[in-house]
Formats: sequence, structure tokens, C-alpha cells
Amino acid sequence: MAESIPAVELEHVTKRFGNVVAVNDVTLRIAEGEFFSLLGPSGCGKTTTLRMIAGFEMPTAGVVRIRGQEMGETPPFKRPVNTVFQSYALFPHLTVAQNVAFGLEMQKVPRKEIKQRVAEALEMVRLPQMANRKPKQLSGGQRQRIALARALVNRPQVLLLDEPLGALDLKLRKAMQLELKALQSQVGITFIYVTHDQEEALTMSDRIAVMNEGRVYQVGTPREIYERPNSRFVADFIGETNFLTGRVEEVRGEQAVVLVDGTVRVVGTLTGPVSRGQEVTVAIRPEKLRLRPTGEVQGRVEELIYIGTDTRYVIRLTERSRLTVRTQNVGIGDSQRFRQGERVGLEWNDESALVLVE
Amino acid sequence: MQRVSGHRQKMEVFTLIFPALFWLTVFFAIPLLSIVVYSFLKKGLYGVLVWEFNLENYARFLDPLYFKVFGRSFAVAVLTTLGCLVIGYPLAAWLATRPTRFQGILLMLLMIPFWTNFLVRTYAWIVLLAREGFINTALMSLGVINEPLGMLYTQPAVIVGLVYGWVTDMVLPIYATMVGLDRSLLEAAQDLYANDLKTFTRVVLPLTMPGIVAGSILVFIPSMGAYVTPDLLGGGKVDMIGNLVQRQFGSAQDWPFGSAISCVLMAIMVIGTLIYFRISGGRER
Repeated sequence: MAESIPAVELEHVTKRFGNVVAVNDVTLRIAEGEFFSLLGPSGCGKTTTLRMIAGFEMPTAGVVRIRGQEMGETPPFKRPVNTVFQSYALFPHLTVAQNVAFGLEMQKVPRKEIKQRVAEALEMVRLPQMANRKPKQLSGGQRQRIALARALVNRPQVLLLDEPLGALDLKLRKAMQLELKALQSQVGITFIYVTHDQEEALTMSDRIAVMNEGRVYQVGTPREIYERPNSRFVADFIGETNFLTGRVEEVRGEQAVVLVDGTVRVVGTLTGPVSRGQEVTVAIRPEKLRLRPTGEVQGRVEELIYIGTDTRYVIRLTERSRLTVRTQNVGIGDSQRFRQGERVGLEWNDESALVLVE
Repeated sequence: MQRVSGHRQKMEVFTLIFPALFWLTVFFAIPLLSIVVYSFLKKGLYGVLVWEFNLENYARFLDPLYFKVFGRSFAVAVLTTLGCLVIGYPLAAWLATRPTRFQGILLMLLMIPFWTNFLVRTYAWIVLLAREGFINTALMSLGVINEPLGMLYTQPAVIVGLVYGWVTDMVLPIYATMVGLDRSLLEAAQDLYANDLKTFTRVVLPLTMPGIVAGSILVFIPSMGAYVTPDLLGGGKVDMIGNLVQRQFGSAQDWPFGSAISCVLMAIMVIGTLIYFRISGGRER
């Protein structure tokens, strides 16, 4: 991957709006044919990053390259990328077919070819019968697909998607997620996808960049991001996590012993260099914890919530810390193994507990 | 019970619409109807109305003299509308793209001159355009021209005055459509390889067309019937329908003929507007 030219490359890109730093020194390399997501809460700079690739915003500092070509001040209409907008931005005065044909007409593609490619694009999003409708006569999901067809018909080198499923209801969104993913592998175009929905990013992406306050915190596959978050922010933003704070007592190679709240010792895997006595956070996902009748680490069952597929226990570990434990209800009696107020033991694999510095 | 409350409801409805109904009847329906009635009457001695039905007032239009006045009015109104469009469209676009907090103030600044009396504002143009007026004096002192230009009392002077008088009526509807224009549509056009010019002709212009049409109707109709501006800035040399009508009701003392001209003018406007709505309504389908 390092040898071939990346589809999109950002090098120390910064964007300031007045005194506000929207994007702060972001460096990314997005490979050809990749489904890459920019994930983060609103205001984290993900949309600004996308708009700098599209050319709607110019970086204050740094370089944007598309297939090795430095973009500089190149306007949007000269960039080999197309965008699917959050609001779809379909032209209300044009029919569906005219909307899809717009980009091809602007590129002066011959009339005959336009007709054929528009028909193919509508076929691809399975809406060929809508060609002569106006956008306002379509449902939200249909508009979304037309926006997709209007962008893809140009066969861009990179497709930029700005929360394209944000306006759809949950069920339709789930269906569109799978459809988009299938479409991407079918056309083989690099997708850069902006979302604040972590589940969406995990479902669809080859790789994810998690952003917060203008910075990229971590880049990795969904598995890496979920299993090996490199910071408290990433661990907290993706899925559910228990956090324990304490001091490092001992470092043993890849692992460390952490004294939590001055009373409980836990062993965790290091995500970065630490030294003895350093204040750290230990992160453990609820489903990685197991309850036992007794054990080295003990706590008291404070709450027990039955939620069908799982049972959630809230365990009081120390005066200041509680842990959520999630167990699958495999057998019928599983949810009744432990009672409220009972003392229980807690177990986990050492690699499931992560020692986070940031 | 049912009937009593039904009756009460009717009373309530009548009470509510009465003020509007009264206003429309007294100030709109009655004057309009009387004009229509007058147009079929005969003129007596010293402007007395003779209650005798006849179509002669309408027949008088076939005189090429009046045809010419109609033609001139039409030409002046078209040129005024174009002038307002050329000035008003960029102005509306500029207003609509200012930060929201300034837009109210800027719109206010646009309207303030129109609180001044219309006659005063028209006389101001005489001061500007006259032989010894501001423009001629300035140009001569700069050495651009050697003798004053004869600008006042010409058709262009009338058009300039009308454009000045009605340009806000063009700006406001266009401004309204511009403000409502979704900015992401412009970005979408740019994203789809349209440069600035293409973005304008293919997206901005068609989407602001309703404002252009509304503004044009609002400017065209009063320009066509104008009489103060052609009187003052045309100096009696640029005769428009408005002047013709005014003369019938004034010096000529021929109310029936004046009413007939008004009715024809009104009919043309109404038919023109209806045709427009038919065409644009048909396009929507």
C-alpha cells in the first residue's frame, strides 16, 4: 500500500475560520478502492475535512493530493471527485434524469452517451421508472439514491459522502448501509464517508479515522478501533466502555499492574509507554467481563437489568468506581445466577483491559 | 339547538368578513364598476354625463393616434422593466449574500428614499437632468462636453425616472427568491463540473425566475399606466396612456372616453397576466 499512489492524501492539513481551528494538522492516506470513514461527534472537523477534499474550502495550511496531484486552489468543478450531500441538493427545477445528466452535460459528453449512462445509473440505484419525476415527487430514500446516481454517473476517482443517510429513518438507514457497501465493492470507487454514527462506520468501513476537536485521534480497521482504542476518547465514543482510574504500580513488558482507587489491583495491556506512579485509565468493555462466584477482583451486585438477549449487571468495585458487565443469556437460568447485593468475582483476559494514557 | 348554533355561526362569519368586504366594496368594487359603466356612456356639454348606452368610446381607439400612444407606453414599460431588471437583479443577489444581520439594515436603506414624496423625487431628476442641471454642469466643468446635453424632456429621461421609481419593486421579489435559494445547490452544481457562469445560467437563473417574473409584473403594470413621470420628465413630449387618461378626466372633460381607455388598459393587463399564469402553471405539470 505504501508503494502505490493513495487515492487521497492529506498532509498536515489545517483549517481555521477566524479564531476557530476547525481542522488541526490532519494527515491521512486513503488507498485506492477503500471505503474510508471520518467518524466523530458534530463539530469535530470531519465535514470540513471532506469539504477541503471536494474543494469547497481551501486549507489554511497543508497539502491535499488526489491521486498524487496537488490540489492547491483548484476549484470544485475541476476536481475528479463528486459529492453526495447531506441534504441531497437535487436541483428542484430539473427532472430526475436531468439531475443525473447534469455533470455529464457540463463535461460535454456526447448526447447519446449521456442518455445511455443516465439509464445505466438509474438502473444501478434501481429507480429507472423515476426518470421523468421531479425530486419533490420522490421519497427520502429515493432522493438519496438519485443523489448517489447523480454523483456516480460521472465515474469519479473518489466519491465523497457527507452523512448521506442522516435524514432517513432507522430501518431504511440500515438497508441503505448494506446497499451502499455492496455498491461500493461493485463499482470499486474510493468512498470517503462522513458520519457521526459509530455503528454505521463499523458496519461499512474498511478503515475509520476517529476525529475530535479538529484532530484525528486514531486510524484503523473497525476491529482495531473497537478492540484497541488508543485513547479514552476513542474508547468512549465507539461502543460502551468501563473506565477505571488509578496509578501504575508495576510495568511487566506489554502489561502493567494498576492500583485502582488505592484499593483494587488490575492487570491491563499497555497502549503506549508508561512509568511507575503515572496516573492512567483502564478501559474494559462490558462484554469482556465475566462474573464468577468468587475471584481475585471482587465487587457487589448493585443493579441487575434483564434485557432479553443479555443481562446487565452494575458491580460496585470500589467506593468511587462501578463496572457494567454484560452477559449473554445462553441458558434460561442465566439471568438468575447472581442476585442483587451478592458479592461476586470478576474475571477478564489481560488483553481486554487497556491501559490508556491520553 | 342545531339551527340556532348554525345561525350564530353564520352571524360570526359575517361579522368577521364584514370589514374586509366593506372596504373592498367601497374602495374597489364601486369605483371600478363606475368606470366600466362610464365607458359606455356619452359625453354631454361641459363634461356632463349623458346616460345613453353606446360603444363609440371604444371605437375611437381605432384612430392610429391612440395606437401610437399605446405603442409608446408599451415600449417605455418594456424598457423600464428591463432597466429595473439589469439594476435590480445584481442588487438583489448582493443583498441576499450579505451576512444575515446586515440584510435588514440594507433593505431599510433601500426603502428609506421611498418615504419621500414621489413628486419631490421626480423633481429631483429634473434638477439632475436639466440643461443647467447637475450632470451637464459637472460634465462641462470636467471638459467632457462643450455644450449641455438635451437630456430632460426625452423618452430616455422618462425611462430613467420610471426605473428609479420602481426598481425596489423589482429588487424585493428577486431578493425573496435569492434568500430562499438553497446554497448547497450551488455547491452541487460546482461539484458537477459547472463553472461560475454555468452555475448561474443552469441553476441560479431558473430558480430565481419566479422572482424575476413577479418583479417584472410589479414594474411593468405601473410603468405602462404612469402619468406623473412622463408629464414631468417628458415635458408633454412623451405622451403615454396615463397622460391620455388624465387629460380626458381633466382638461378634455371626457370622462366616458377616459374610462374606456382605462378599461382597455386594464383588460390588456389582466389578459397578459392570465396568459402568463396559464403558461407557467402548465409548465409545472
